Amino acid sequence: MNLNLKPDETFRGDFSTRNSDTAILRFPFPFHDDKYMYAVNLEPHVRGGPTAAYDAIFDLDEHYIGECRDRALTLAEDPLRCQVLPHMIEAEWDTLELLMESLAFDYPEHFTLTKSGTDRHWVNRPLGLDRNFTFGDASSLPLPPFEYITRQVQGDFTLHDQRENTLFMDGGMVTSQADWSLNFDLGMTFHEWHGPVPVAHELGVFDRALAYLMRLPYGKPVRRLNWTLTVHPRLDTSPETYPIWGPDKATITPANVGAHMCLRVELQTLTRLPRSNAILFGIRGYLIRLDELVRVKKWAMRLHRVLRDLHPGIAEYKGTSRYRQTIVDYLGAFDDGSIISPGTGSEQASLREVTTA
Amino acid sequence: MKLRIEAISVLSPTIRRFILAADDGAPLPVAGAGAHVMVSLPGETRSWRNAYSVVSGPGMRDHYEIVVRRSQQSRGGSAFLHERAVAGDRLEVGLPQNFFAPSRIAGRHLLLSGGIGITPFLSYIRTLHTPFELHHCCKREDTPAFAGLLPSGATNIVLHTNREELNFRTLLAAQKLDTHLYCCGPEDFMNDAFGAARHLGWPEAKIHRESFGGVVSGAFFTVHLKKSGLTVQVRQEETLLDALEAAGLEPPSLCRGGACGECELPVLAGIPAHHDHYLSDSRRAKNDAIMTCVSRAHTSELVLDF
Repeated sequence: MNLNLKPDETFRGDFSTRNSDTAILRFPFPFHDDKYMYAVNLEPHVRGGPTAAYDAIFDLDEHYIGECRDRALTLAEDPLRCQVLPHMIEAEWDTLELLMESLAFDYPEHFTLTKSGTDRHWVNRPLGLDRNFTFGDASSLPLPPFEYITRQVQGDFTLHDQRENTLFMDGGMVTSQADWSLNFDLGMTFHEWHGPVPVAHELGVFDRALAYLMRLPYGKPVRRLNWTLTVHPRLDTSPETYPIWGPDKATITPANVGAHMCLRVELQTLTRLPRSNAILFGIRGYLIRLDELVRVKKWAMRLHRVLRDLHPGIAEYKGTSRYRQTIVDYLGAFDDGSIISPGTGSEQASLREVTTA
Repeated sequence: MKLRIEAISVLSPTIRRFILAADDGAPLPVAGAGAHVMVSLPGETRSWRNAYSVVSGPGMRDHYEIVVRRSQQSRGGSAFLHERAVAGDRLEVGLPQNFFAPSRIAGRHLLLSGGIGITPFLSYIRTLHTPFELHHCCKREDTPAFAGLLPSGATNIVLHTNREELNFRTLLAAQKLDTHLYCCGPEDFMNDAFGAARHLGWPEAKIHRESFGGVVSGAFFTVHLKKSGLTVQVRQEETLLDALEAAGLEPPSLCRGGACGECELPVLAGIPAHHDHYLSDSRRAKNDAIMTCVSRAHTSELVLDF
């Protein structure tokens, strides 16, 4: 896979990142229907799906270098964004093995893993890394194994120990989150960290999802999509840095909404890890500006309808109250009200040019 | 995946060890401590699927090692492995799954096994980084077989041939607060151990069990299936799940050991005999669901919504 890696992008300050036409067309648009409601929307995570974002087990794209750099900046300011409790050391090695083997398989031109017994040779060409180490020996790596490898992959990751009939969030690398804190949630149970989510508890979504995940088999990972809205393509929207990004919510106007407002989609994957019996939760985030998204006709119409009719409790929880109407007005100009088919694919081979009012 | 029987060792008249490997020697998926594989075994009229602990542990990627006791009332699986399987045979083996992983937060582990129930602990003792103590009970004639599977000279591993000399209450009362208890063996053996733990006030979070098979045989019963319109007879030595599959149906299943919950079917009439470890006591009392892999019937007939 040719990733067309961009060498120099920012996700803060001047927000120089842009999505190429290829990146827009591969965006994992989350809405199958014109209405959105919480559900246990888990499905097998196999290669292949509605867009190219589903072609690899851990998807990388043109933003790889910039996102890894942004993660390093965030960690330099706040090392607590990566924490793993000591009893999860086997899960750390499980994660390192899974990510290295997956990247080397899906992107052989960018990553190479050579194995001999417990000796490993890892080459990450985009980031210029070349490392010999011993699997199982943390002293042979410059960082703990989980932090070492998750600094080299797009998206956040959390580690979940399974015990006492529930899952515990006992580790994570979280630098591109939709306003939640690993430092706050660390050590919580499944129902505790989902406590703030509205509506879904009453629907029984979390009870059923937990029952499913408790017996998630090894070798059969599953995925789901989640979404929110973010002002600017900013990766780090954490509670810890709210004073930096929170005020942006008040800056959205009809004139800048298309260029500043982003749909943030998380392609979430859940994988059983073999040595630790833990679950690795991958949260691969994608940001797309609305003026990029509306170049796909179906997505513009569908997002308009979903946001217009969104359950008020969910709209509030996702922090959209201040600007939802502005977005709905903007997208409404692209929606002629005609019936559109179910499904999330773009149904366009190339993008249309749009001029915004 | 198809794996080849590389070697068979006869450990006792009723216990054999099998080494399974890929034809091309490719590394096998990791089997963590306590993990098992589901092995498909050809029978006279149909195939059987049995779960066997992978005793070789996660460090071994070039082969899996399983230890199989020939069950006296074999449904077909262990009889095949003991009487017909030869080196070179190819068997369908599922990916390792784990319903009995050791606790990562335990300060120490107390492992109690009876008979062939030792198998999950063989991978534990190769893996645990925290202190453990293993007490294994077996028949006198099986002692050499089990002793050969265990490291020699270890003071924290004790073989018992007389159940009376292993007093669960005394043993459990002497444990420190950070000890987790694991037990695997015959049903009455486990009930004694867990009964002693509960009597002494051990929290459930520190009590771990896995039960393969357990009660699979029992009285003959008949199942009427409402959706498919079929009537299926469940013979004494077969499980309800096996009988449904033999009738050409594809009911849900995963662990086939009453642990995972996948095979639950709704009960419309009749009273199930619950042998699983999945349904809560209150769910059992309702008698509106059955785990087909291990549970049977108290009534001569059951009606299932399937």
